[in-house]
Amino acid sequence: MTNNKNIIIIAEQQNSKIKSISYELLSKGKDIAEKTGADLFAVLLGEQLDNEANELIYYGADKVFLYQHSSFRDFDPQNFKLNIVNLVQEQKPDLLLLGASHLGRSLAPRLAAALQAGLSADCVGIEVDDEGNIIQIRPAFSGSVLAYVKTKTKPVIATLRYKSTQSRKRDTSRKGEVITREAETIPSLITILRKQKSGDINLTEADIIVSGGRGFKKADDLSILAELAKTCGGVIGASRPLVDDGWIGKEHQVGFSGNTVKPKVYIACGISGSSQHLAGMRRSDIIIAINTDPSAPIFKIADYGIVGDLYEIVPNLISEIKGRIL
Amino acid sequence: MLKIIVPIKQVVDLSHIKFDDDGVGTIENTTGGEINPFDLNALEVAVQIKDKLGATINVISMGEQGADSILKDAIARGATEAFLLEDSAFKDSDTLATSYTIASTIRKMGDFDLIVCGEKSVDGDTGQVGPEIAEHLGIPHVAYVSKIEEIGEKLVLVSDMDGEQHTVECSFPILLTVTKNINTPRLPSLRDKLNSRKAKVEIWHSDDLISEANINRFGNAGSPTFVDKITLPSEGGRKGKTFKGSDLETVKELTNELEKDEILKGFSTK
Repeated sequence: MTNNKNIIIIAEQQNSKIKSISYELLSKGKDIAEKTGADLFAVLLGEQLDNEANELIYYGADKVFLYQHSSFRDFDPQNFKLNIVNLVQEQKPDLLLLGASHLGRSLAPRLAAALQAGLSADCVGIEVDDEGNIIQIRPAFSGSVLAYVKTKTKPVIATLRYKSTQSRKRDTSRKGEVITREAETIPSLITILRKQKSGDINLTEADIIVSGGRGFKKADDLSILAELAKTCGGVIGASRPLVDDGWIGKEHQVGFSGNTVKPKVYIACGISGSSQHLAGMRRSDIIIAINTDPSAPIFKIADYGIVGDLYEIVPNLISEIKGRIL
Repeated sequence: MLKIIVPIKQVVDLSHIKFDDDGVGTIENTTGGEINPFDLNALEVAVQIKDKLGATINVISMGEQGADSILKDAIARGATEAFLLEDSAFKDSDTLATSYTIASTIRKMGDFDLIVCGEKSVDGDTGQVGPEIAEHLGIPHVAYVSKIEEIGEKLVLVSDMDGEQHTVECSFPILLTVTKNINTPRLPSLRDKLNSRKAKVEIWHSDDLISEANINRFGNAGSPTFVDKITLPSEGGRKGKTFKGSDLETVKELTNELEKDEILKGFSTK
C-alpha cells in the first residue's frame, strides 16, 4: 500500500546507542499518525547503527532512513541539516518532530529557516483537530500560559519536551524497513576537541527535585536539604534568592530565569512560591510544600502541604522516609 | 577590530503580568520593558571581548517605539551602536519572520565577525531565533555556549550538549547562543546611564531592508505559525492535602498519605 502522508521524527543517538527521547517522539508521532492515517518515519544519523536502527521499528517506525558517516558520530548542525532538508523535500512530511533537547533545539531552527517552515519549540503536547490540522501546545511566559499554535504551511516543525509522552512498548515482532541513504557531507566548520560528562546536575530531566528557598537561614543549613535529596534519590533545586546570595550555583535555580522543570515529585522546602518560581515548577506531577506561612502561594498548587518549621520537618521527614523505603 | 552583533529583545518582567482566566495577559505596575535577562548574558560576552581585544558592538531590537529605551540601556552597558527595527510591517512576526528580518538587517550592516544571542527569551521561551539567523546568513553556529576558553584567530568554546560538555574550535564568522551560566552581567554605572540617554538609536523601517530582503517574508505574511488560543495551565487535580505542625506525628501523617498514594514508591536511596 502506498501512502503519501507521512510524519518524520528525528531520532537521537549517543555513542551509537539510540537515546530514549527518540522513542517518546515515535510514540507521539504514532498518536498523530493513527489519527491522520500517515506513515511514521524515523531519521537516524550516526555511525555503526545497523542493528540499533531496528529498535526504531520495534518502537513504532514504519521506515527508518539511516545515514551513516564517521563525521556523524557527534552532532554537526550544518551537516545534519543538509541531509534532513534533502529528505524532507523528497518525502514532504506533514510533521517533522524533534526532541526539545540541546541537539533538537539547535537543529530544528536551522531546518525551519532552510525550509522556510514554521517551528514551535518546546511543545508539551501535539494534537490533531477535526479538520486534521496539527496543533502544537507549548508553554509561554515561562509556563504561565499554554499557547495553542497552528501552522499555515507544511511541514509543521516542532520540538517536544522530554517526558511529554510515554514511549510505547518495545515490540520485536513489528515489521518495518531500514533504508540506508548515502550521507552527503560538507567540511565541518566546527571541530570537537574534547568531550566530557557534564559535571552539572540536570534539573530538567530529574524525576525528583528537592528545592530550598528563603526559609533557610544560612548556606550551611542546606546540608539537610542535600540529605533529604539523597534520601529520596533526587537532585537539589533552589529558588532565586539562594542563588543570588551565592549559597548555591545557578545550575540549581528553578524558575523564571532559571530552569523549567517537570519532575515526578517536587519538594519545596521554605519556598513561598513567587510567580517567578512557580513558573519554573508548576508542571511537576506531584508537589509537596513545606512552609511556615499557611498563606504562602506554594500551597495553592501543592498536592501535599505541611505548615511548620522546615528545620524540624525535614529531619523528621528524612527519618520517616528512610524507615519506610528501606 | 572585531565586529560583534547582539540582537536583543524587549520583554516585560513576568511579575508585572497578570493573566485572567482566559489566559489574556495584562501588564500592570510598570513603566516599560526591559532587556530580556538572557540577552544580558549575550551582551556581557560581547562587552568582555570588547574590553579585551577591542570591538564594535551593534545591538539590534525589533519592536515599537518604547524599545529605544532598552537599546539605550544596552549602550549604557557597553554596546557601541543601536538599531531599532520599527515598522507595522514587522508586526506579528513569529520566529521565522523575526530571524529573517534580523538576518536581513545584519546583511545590510555589512561585514561582521561574531553574533551573540541569549539562550532564549523569558516571554516566548523559544530560543530558536539565534540558530535561525545563522541559517539565513549561511554561517555556522554553536548553541548553549557556557564558556569561552580562547578568542583570537580561532575561538575555543565549551558548549553544553545534553549532559555532555563539548569543547569546540571554530573560526569567524560565527553565531553563538550563550547560556545564563556563562557570566554575570555587570550593571551600568550611573555616568554611563546618564550618557546613554543622549545616545542615538538608528531607526530602520522595512523600506530600509528592501535591498537585502523579500518584504513578503516580514511580519504576519512571513510567519507560518500563529497562536490559535491561549489557556492557563490547569491546576486541577492537585490533591491539596494540608497538615499543620512540625513534630514527628504530623510528619508521619504526611508520609502515611505519601505511602498510601504510592508517592514513596518512586523514591530510591542512592
